[in-house]
Amino acid sequence: MIKEYCGLTEINGSLVILDGVKGAKAEELVSLRLDDGTRRSGRIVRLDGERAVIQVFEGTRGISLKNTRTALSGGPMKIKLSSEILGRIFDGTGRPKDGLPDIFAEELRDINGSAINPVSREYPKNYIATGISAIDTLCTLIRGQKLPIFSGNGLKHNELAVQIVKQARLMGATDEKFAVVFAAMGVKNDVAQYFKKSFEESGVFDHVVMYVNLSSDPIIERTITPKCALSAAEYLAFEKHYHVLCVMTDMTSYCEALREYSSSKGEIPGRKGYPGYLYSDLASIYERAGIIRGVAGSVTQIPILTMPNDDITHPIPDLTGYISEGQIVLDRSLEGAGIYPPIGVLPSLSRLMKDGIGEGFTREDHAALSGQLFSCYAKVAEVRSLASVIGEDELSDTDKKYLNFGREFETRFLSQAQNENRDIIQSLDLGWKMLSLLPKSELTNVSPDMLEKYYVEEQKELQI
Amino acid sequence: MDNRIFGINGPVITVKRAQDLFMQEMALVGKEKLIGEVISVASEDTLIQVYEETAGLTVGEEIVPTGAPLCATLGPGIIGSIFDGIQRPLSVMAQKDGAFISRGGDYNSLNTDKEWQVEFVKGVGDKLCGGETFATVQETDSIVCKIMLPPNLCGTITEIAKNGRYRVTDKVCVIENDRGEKIELTLQQKWPIRVPRPSKERLPLDLPLITGQRVLDTILPLPKGGAAALPGGFGAGKTMTQHQIAKWCDADIIIYVGCGERGNEMTQVLDEFSSLIDPRTGKSLLSRTVLIANTSNMPVAAREASIYTGITIAEFYRDMGYDVAMMADSTSRWAEALREISGRLEEMPAEEGFPAYLPSRLAQFYERAGRVKTAADDIGSVTVIGAVSPQGADFSEPVTQNTKRFTRAFWALDKTLAYKRHYPAINWIQSYSEYTADLYPYFKKHVASDFPELHKMVVALLREENELMEIVKLIGSDVLPDDQKLIIDVAQVIRVGFLQQNANDKEDTYVTPKKQYLMLKVICHLYNEGKRVVAAARPESDFAATGIFEKVIKMKYEVPANKLELFDRYIEEITAAADGVLKD
Repeated sequence: MIKEYCGLTEINGSLVILDGVKGAKAEELVSLRLDDGTRRSGRIVRLDGERAVIQVFEGTRGISLKNTRTALSGGPMKIKLSSEILGRIFDGTGRPKDGLPDIFAEELRDINGSAINPVSREYPKNYIATGISAIDTLCTLIRGQKLPIFSGNGLKHNELAVQIVKQARLMGATDEKFAVVFAAMGVKNDVAQYFKKSFEESGVFDHVVMYVNLSSDPIIERTITPKCALSAAEYLAFEKHYHVLCVMTDMTSYCEALREYSSSKGEIPGRKGYPGYLYSDLASIYERAGIIRGVAGSVTQIPILTMPNDDITHPIPDLTGYISEGQIVLDRSLEGAGIYPPIGVLPSLSRLMKDGIGEGFTREDHAALSGQLFSCYAKVAEVRSLASVIGEDELSDTDKKYLNFGREFETRFLSQAQNENRDIIQSLDLGWKMLSLLPKSELTNVSPDMLEKYYVEEQKELQI
Repeated sequence: MDNRIFGINGPVITVKRAQDLFMQEMALVGKEKLIGEVISVASEDTLIQVYEETAGLTVGEEIVPTGAPLCATLGPGIIGSIFDGIQRPLSVMAQKDGAFISRGGDYNSLNTDKEWQVEFVKGVGDKLCGGETFATVQETDSIVCKIMLPPNLCGTITEIAKNGRYRVTDKVCVIENDRGEKIELTLQQKWPIRVPRPSKERLPLDLPLITGQRVLDTILPLPKGGAAALPGGFGAGKTMTQHQIAKWCDADIIIYVGCGERGNEMTQVLDEFSSLIDPRTGKSLLSRTVLIANTSNMPVAAREASIYTGITIAEFYRDMGYDVAMMADSTSRWAEALREISGRLEEMPAEEGFPAYLPSRLAQFYERAGRVKTAADDIGSVTVIGAVSPQGADFSEPVTQNTKRFTRAFWALDKTLAYKRHYPAINWIQSYSEYTADLYPYFKKHVASDFPELHKMVVALLREENELMEIVKLIGSDVLPDDQKLIIDVAQVIRVGFLQQNANDKEDTYVTPKKQYLMLKVICHLYNEGKRVVAAARPESDFAATGIFEKVIKMKYEVPANKLELFDRYIEEITAAADGVLKD
């Protein structure tokens, strides 16, 4: 017999306070039954003696101090999981949203997960080819990595994410199982539809599970969505041995939901009103990527966040950058120039790439080539700012070559079609063609041997 | 009356009308015996911060005081281990609980089953004072662990075991103090992590910590026993720099604290250090390294403790007369843990929500660095290198600013350098080391007598270049007079050929001070010869056209550490190039 508590003591935003509770556990899941028969669920966020503060996932609309009965569930929030989740769409708390019946749970998993012991982790080294030159060559994605896309409103991050999902494959992989977990937090309905349609069109939908919280859905549900999705990802990876690519969009909406909830709870705010524990909270999401030693399967994360006002120092991209293993930054001026994918090369970085590229993985010259492309492209930025002051004609010959290199690099190397899948050798060769627009003496980051081997002396095909 | 849980708010537990709990006492919370620490005592509400996840705790569960503050367990077996923030052995936990970290569990920090070969160096009747050694254990290939009397004890040995194999918890010695009390000693001792271990005397800091990194050793040196701050935004290379120092610096023991950082990074350190060979001892790097990993998704309160656990272990080895270097990556995460807990306690926040006591906590921590004469008259040191992760790479934020006050070396990492893949991305203009002049005598004696002059010359050139670049940015470099063009070109050589260092290149990843000096000497000679050309009213571009600048830039790859005489050839070539220009 489950005991129900009648009525409430206080309601404040998404929080309700219940007195006289006995035996409640911290973080316990509770269910609230309204007199009209609807049910909601919530979580205990604070206990003081017999007083419990409960966060209601679906919001408190329609709840009064009298019309509600609350029951404790006896444990933390768990999500139902089985292999059947592939090909399904759920809401932000894991209930079916596609009109199909609820799944039969093989396992109930605590959505909060546990930290992976650093000793048990395996250092990610397997390179994932995305078929996108800018990513494969300059900020290589590694299996088990968390590599966010820092974007802005109106930039083509969704297209890029879809292209990565469609084209991603492991070098030399044959029979490994691959799955996509997609978490949408506070996205517009058409964005969710776009992803669904793209997955269906490319025939991968039976490997995809979607957890969708739309922008009109309750914010508390939004704070749960990534945790549900990652529990599913961990289940698929470590129990069912899938290699899981987890796309989460939009982390900015998630953080804003967290801020809204934190302020309703009366917590002391940190920077820009976000709670002081935003870093720990984001870490508890991002750190769930990884590989466990001796277990087939992996979780690779591609979170997408829109930088408010394109400001990379805003707390959300800033804290994300401190946790993630690199970032792919989209650049509005490239987008304006009609370049897709508009990847801003200089601030983009993959921390794990150094161990996953080079001989035996991609090609011996990869590291040197990417370092050289970075430093030459950085020089292009300097030359451009100089040119904007003194005019292009006044530049020295070398500087003019840099300008030319910059243009070609952006339009031929960065730019590619949304369905163009370049393999890594193609991308690397293209990179060398770009470098060969510069005199050899400018290429100080590559060894003379490599220069000898890969520098393209004849530039006929580029002189169009 | 028992103490029982009244309130639960994240990691903070409230106890009503608590009995006999004292400040900073360690307490075991709940049925699972989660480790907690008393952080506030009042007649009504006493607060305990719990170092583990509190989900699932119930009101009314019991709290058991341990009667002691949170302690580190010190003894043989620490080196080569990996611990969490409260010194639980992570590899033992992985064996027992699997890949995910679970809660509770009674773990001894050290392996209590392993038998160590112990040699006793004192006998019955010997007087023993705090910090003095009574036995030794060969802990790893390269480290001898001295078994010392805990610092606060003194007495005469009444019983002592014979040389042989013992476990860390075996009774090996009994002393009687002047009040006639008998105290039993084992190979391990406990020490409260928040209390600095005492030493006899603080010594001046006049020996450099050689890291093999040119920008650090030559331009911004740090002495053994010093403290350095390493601030930088994400992607600027804090962790890379810390790893490089941990791998190559000439300390005897490295304590690497991963405080609220990435799990994969700790795995990388673990993998890499066990496969790398320490160039000084020829043994595995792991046999001089202690890792403390409290990754960002592990409980926040333990993150706060991890820094103290690390420095207490560092002081323990310092007391044996070792030079210890501690890397803390990152102290900002530690400060954020303070802020998070302070917020839960509803304390009045100061700047950016950080508690007002942030500066004093930082000061207490960095003051534990130092070079000391130990109780046994050995000399040991603890050097602290604290990474700082400023929000938005803005160095004016409170953690960076306060860290700056308590460290005397400031190695500022610069994002724009990192974008250009100039590594280590330490900005030579923003950074400083107040220790430079203190270390000149050492460099003069052990490297070369003209080292200070060369150092000053190079620093001055870099500063001048920085000013000239302001002009170049506006009007281009072509309009500068020849002497200034020379400065720009030589500074380019310094930046690319000297300051930039390739961690992935076998020859370049570690460079001896002698080689660093010789490189400086070549570069300064290049500048002097360039001046000779310009003084003779020949265009600087003629000198540059000889290709000598590019040649000097590449010397870091061309001259192996065992063929330093090759630098003489560079000097000759530079002179020849200048002569060639003047002759035409």
